[in-house]
Amino acid sequence: MTTPAAEVVLEAEGLTKHFPVRKRGRAALSREVRVVHAVDDVDLRLLRGQVTSLVGESGSGKSTVARLLAQLYPRTSGDIRLHGEPTPLATARGGRRFRAYCRRVQLIFQDPFASLNPVHNVEYHLTRALRIHGRAGQGKEQLRAALANLLDRVQLTPADRYLSKYPHELSGGQRQRVAIARALAADPEALLADEPVSMLDVSIRLGVLNLLRDLKERLNLAILYITHDIASARYFADTVLVMYAGRMVEGGDSETVTQRPAHPYTRLLVESAPDPDRLTSEAGSLGEAGGAGEAGTAGGVGGAGAPVPGGEPPSLISPPAGCRFHPRCPFVMDKCRTELPPRLQVGDTGEHWAACWLFEGVAA
Amino acid sequence: MSMSKPLTMKPSRSIAADAVLDIRGLCVDYGVDDNAVRAVRDVSLTLRRGEVLGLAGESGSGKSTLAYGLARLLPPPGVISAGEVIYSPPDGEPVDVLTLAPLALRAFRWAETSIVFQGAMNSLNPVHKVSTQLIDVIAAHSPGMSRRAMLDRARELLTMVGIAPDRLHAYPHQLSGGMRQRVMIGMALALEPKIVIMDEPTTALDVVMQRQILRQIVELRERFGFSVLFITHDLSLLVEFSDRIAIMYGGRIVEEAPAALLYRDALHPYSHGLLHSFPALRGPRRELAGIPGSPPDLQAMPSGCSFHPRCPRRFDPCAVDIPVLGSPADRVREARTVACWLHPAGGAID
Repeated sequence: MTTPAAEVVLEAEGLTKHFPVRKRGRAALSREVRVVHAVDDVDLRLLRGQVTSLVGESGSGKSTVARLLAQLYPRTSGDIRLHGEPTPLATARGGRRFRAYCRRVQLIFQDPFASLNPVHNVEYHLTRALRIHGRAGQGKEQLRAALANLLDRVQLTPADRYLSKYPHELSGGQRQRVAIARALAADPEALLADEPVSMLDVSIRLGVLNLLRDLKERLNLAILYITHDIASARYFADTVLVMYAGRMVEGGDSETVTQRPAHPYTRLLVESAPDPDRLTSEAGSLGEAGGAGEAGTAGGVGGAGAPVPGGEPPSLISPPAGCRFHPRCPFVMDKCRTELPPRLQVGDTGEHWAACWLFEGVAA
Repeated sequence: MSMSKPLTMKPSRSIAADAVLDIRGLCVDYGVDDNAVRAVRDVSLTLRRGEVLGLAGESGSGKSTLAYGLARLLPPPGVISAGEVIYSPPDGEPVDVLTLAPLALRAFRWAETSIVFQGAMNSLNPVHKVSTQLIDVIAAHSPGMSRRAMLDRARELLTMVGIAPDRLHAYPHQLSGGMRQRVMIGMALALEPKIVIMDEPTTALDVVMQRQILRQIVELRERFGFSVLFITHDLSLLVEFSDRIAIMYGGRIVEEAPAALLYRDALHPYSHGLLHSFPALRGPRRELAGIPGSPPDLQAMPSGCSFHPRCPRRFDPCAVDIPVLGSPADRVREARTVACWLHPAGGAID
């Protein structure tokens, strides 16, 4: 699914995370172990100098994937490999191995209002990150230079003006830039960005996205961009992976996945996204007909006039058997209810796949 | 529905025939003394019968303050310092909401205007059943109704918003986020109001659920003919969904136009910037820039046009004079207004 030229920085295979459910009442006496299947059997690769986007609704497990990759949660099973080296199943938080790992893989959180400590200024946040990762240099001068360099990278200049600021004195966009600078203090190879712009004002979102893209190019970072906004994934990412109810359902290069979505869930996602161009002759009508026909008819499945699936994502404590999307899927077949679809190739490029029985035997 | 409450005043100026809510020169301050922050500045806006009016702006632009102001729901230290909000019922005399006596105001709220709050998912009381909360509304406004009739009405409301009536006795935590939002919308429509104010009703929801709920709102509006004031920061949503769009920046309305017109040809540089802040899902992949800088600080507003420090097309008058919202001289025929020196008002205002 990747061009062989690009180097794989971080790779996950069969990544699985189950959270135990606390038993209450009579259930506490039973032997049955109930778990939330937050992430099941996820494979992904982050390539040097490329943005991989993970798209899904809230509750689909995309943030759990980021936290697993950052080793903030121990995983239930599966492998995470950094440059091909396997990492142990559970690293002690704060231990030397954990620190060596997070020096190379950094996470940016969604909410810059919560991820910065309100009682400390920017200088403290960045200095601490530099010290922990041993990049503060020797003496005041080198530290100053390192700080200025960091703020310069995230376009907060002049540095002196921002170093003494407290989080409440900064706007949302500036705060998120400080959070990015803090992640860069470790000089990481992979950056995991968990909805980095969804809390920001619309007019400054692109500024932050463009900054991340610029950093990717200059520092040759591998970026995982987690979002629920499929249009921004198209804009920003090279590869798009779609998650539903803890499983990957589709993947491919971003243009193909957004323009010719194959999996019924991806189609639903693309059709639901606000799209001003869908505006038909009459203003103010939520075009039910428009747009749907455009969505891919790959594999010869009826696209236009397909019923709009309703319903909600399933419970992850007892997920549906077979394909997890089958209770909502307009194209559901008997097989979908019982057997889990594997990754099946879509089209002939070899990079686009969907976990859907509709594509069984369609592509050669 | 006839208005039996006393009508306190007759507005001085004439009102457009189809206006249901007419906001004139509304100013809202937070605080009263010298430290007061003016969050809404001299806003005039007309909501017509049966239309969806979108109000877009970034956080801090005053859009929610405006909505709470016109229902007189501002928590202290919010104060309405100037302006009038004139509500014209379908039958009966127009009335200024801002001068209504407490009892009349109580009758006005919910029966004539209802609000679906931001984060409505959390506005339901977690310790009461949905039925109790729905009946509460009905009982407060039509005390004579029997309990059975009220339960029937509650069931009807749930069906209306697409929830199975057997969920009536569920507690909020037993419902998903989308369902809770639907309950809130059903509750807002319980008394068949003429105006529904929706303050970011779908922000906390997923795109799929968002579309389902918007479709529901459109259907309900066609059935009951209420007007919607839809507040959001997501302009791409509004273009598709509303009839007219007003854009707010720094407490003022900077542009107002029919949705399609605004999308095709935005006049104010801020509207233009907002429209070009969304990556498109279709069409060619363009390099987008967003808007440089950050939204203004209400305590230290820039002189002149509040957008001028971020504006790519600013010129001499922008930093000095505040542009007035008016129909632009170069586009007299279009039903739109803009506050920008690039398109100075020339036509007769309104």
